Amino acid sequence: MLKIDREYNEKLIAPLFTPLSRGFKLSAGFLLVLIGWGAFMYFRQVFLGLGVTGMGRPVYWSMYIVDFVFFIGISHAGTLISAILRVTGAEWRRPITRVAEAITTFALIVGSLQILIDMGRIDRLPFTFIFGRLQSPIMWDIISVTLYLLGSVTYLYLPLMPDLAIIRDNLPAGVPEWRRKFYTILSLGWRGTKEQWIRLEKAIATMAVIIIPIAISVHSIISWILATTLQPGWHSTIFGPYFVIGAIFSGIGALFIAMTVIRKIFGLEKYIAKLQYRNLGLIFITMNAVWFYFTFAENLGIATGQQTYEMPILAVKLWGAFAPSFWLMVVCMAVAFWILVVPQLIPQKAGERAYVLRPRFAQISTGIAVVLAALLFAPIPAAATASIAPEAAFHGILWLLLILNVIGILLGFSLWLKEHPVTATVIAAAFVVVGMWLERWNIIIPTVTHPMLVPYATYTPSLTEISIAIASMAGFIFMFLVFFKLFPAISIWELVEGKVIEDAEAKVAMPQPEISGD
Amino acid sequence: MSKWSMVIDLDKCVACQGCSIACRMENNTPVVAPDQAELGRAVRWNDVFPMPVNPTEETGEYPNIKAQYITRPCMHCENPPCIKVCPVGATFINDEGIVEQNYARCIGCRFCTVGCPYGVRYFNWYEPTWDSPLQEHLNPDRVEGSGVLEGPAVRPLGVVEKCTYCIHRLHKAREQAAAEGRDFRADEYVPACVQTCTGKARFFGDLDDPDSAVTQLAKSPRSFRLLEDEGTHPKTIYLREG
Repeated sequence: MLKIDREYNEKLIAPLFTPLSRGFKLSAGFLLVLIGWGAFMYFRQVFLGLGVTGMGRPVYWSMYIVDFVFFIGISHAGTLISAILRVTGAEWRRPITRVAEAITTFALIVGSLQILIDMGRIDRLPFTFIFGRLQSPIMWDIISVTLYLLGSVTYLYLPLMPDLAIIRDNLPAGVPEWRRKFYTILSLGWRGTKEQWIRLEKAIATMAVIIIPIAISVHSIISWILATTLQPGWHSTIFGPYFVIGAIFSGIGALFIAMTVIRKIFGLEKYIAKLQYRNLGLIFITMNAVWFYFTFAENLGIATGQQTYEMPILAVKLWGAFAPSFWLMVVCMAVAFWILVVPQLIPQKAGERAYVLRPRFAQISTGIAVVLAALLFAPIPAAATASIAPEAAFHGILWLLLILNVIGILLGFSLWLKEHPVTATVIAAAFVVVGMWLERWNIIIPTVTHPMLVPYATYTPSLTEISIAIASMAGFIFMFLVFFKLFPAISIWELVEGKVIEDAEAKVAMPQPEISGD
Repeated sequence: MSKWSMVIDLDKCVACQGCSIACRMENNTPVVAPDQAELGRAVRWNDVFPMPVNPTEETGEYPNIKAQYITRPCMHCENPPCIKVCPVGATFINDEGIVEQNYARCIGCRFCTVGCPYGVRYFNWYEPTWDSPLQEHLNPDRVEGSGVLEGPAVRPLGVVEKCTYCIHRLHKAREQAAAEGRDFRADEYVPACVQTCTGKARFFGDLDDPDSAVTQLAKSPRSFRLLEDEGTHPKTIYLREG
């Protein structure tokens, strides 16, 4: 019989056994409808062929691959972060490891599904085992993703075991029989003996070390699927580390969003607190800076080399058809960086003196920005002007004003963001997740639409592709919904362990300097 | 062992697209509607298009333009980027240097289509269809090398296909020679595009035979290969115009 404090029981175990709330039912129903629609569209695609997508020649890969890279990237949130933090003994990790590991497992499932959805002949999937060629990067991918999935599930399950035993021993009265059985079976006879603890700690420590290289290999290999081809824009050595960094970056973004939602729903403000946001935020800022560095490095070589087939890819991103998605990505990342960094630099009382730091200023800036954007993007009737130069100059000024206004908006909100660090982090995280999806898009689509010996093409996702993308996202969220209704949102035993360590440390008297009498 | 190769003399090519049509009839490539062709789903194992495909700074603007037509079968590279990436060995280079596609093995991942820098590989987005009377004129030849479909037999949905240098004609020529009890000669095997070429611009033969026409022409100072810098070593060789 494992006993726990009443506080943990109330906060972490009791919510698992409350009847399903209206909100839960509604959101689950909504998500299931989306998933059902996506599944229908998928079976239609299997039946009719990949012709129902927007793909063609040369756009042989498209949104499925973008989503694949994106979801596998998100999956790095968890296991990698939690493993690194465990190995380095970062105490503040304790309340967020469970969420992080759950993200990994679910994102991996959804991510690998994308590849299966993209296959022309799903019925021939067993061929990859029967005839698999180890020389093909897709085989590397199948092996590493499978390993990573198995590793992540194990790594999610191991620390869950003692918690399951705790729940088994603390079941509230009137719990349905299947749930009693469920926790009894899954806890694998955990009794919390010393030997069991030693074995578990050993297993977790070993898994943490094993999972780090696997996680890095997974995203490197995904980038190598692109980089091992001769396609312009992909055939680059920087792709491996660039993708790994991007994966961790987007993963932390997803982690921030997930942990904030869970903290809000379960009221876990006490556990997932400022410390977690601050420390993880520091890693987030670092990743943001490294991401900018890599993005710059990736494109610099292309820009200075200006090779026949490489340059058009960069050109469409900088000022061609992909300029909106490219610059939106840059803006997303820059705004995220600003939100994370600048409010920290502003003194608390600066708002009293500086007008630009008041929300009113941000509101005014927003108004002006909307007008400017309308002027810039509105279809202007082709005026019969003799020269185009004044209009171009006018556009330039408009753009400059718009950028200044965006900075104005950011300045005006800075103090508010400073006062609401959690909200600020979530806003930044949302920008990063969107930005990272765009990054995957900007890497894959411009290259497939601008090949060497095939006329340039355009690509618009079809209804099937969009439905399946939405259904994938819905499936990802749905798995969270179910998971956190069955399992505690925070690793209970790890919290207790952390508290024991903390208490023990508190008892140790730090040598204090003597206060001299004279 | 033979090393099959094609030489295309661009000086003689009149860009009539006869090769494209002959290939279509010979190899049962599916017909697609114009809206599908718009999406890039037309299947032309042998394509004819202007070079450069996409305008570069050197192309110039009409009327000061440097234009050239090129006709493009599969390059049958000595070092093919497509077979390196195939996860199941559905595409492979045979002993005689022909890059083949096993339609019964392909899983439709389209890594080879992305990997090929020449864009010679095509995918069956839908079940291929032919309207009557085209349906009645499908080439009945089938090549089943080691029990799997490789030749012009109609391809199923969801697999990749490509130019095979009309490999079924090689099989047929060999069978013919065997039936007549004599040795097979290299000149008995000619792909449909070479046979039909209006300007007699195409030559086909064995690159391992020092006396063959293709070996002689490959030595010409006019000879070049597409994307020579990529290191794929194509066996489809071009003779420069002019």
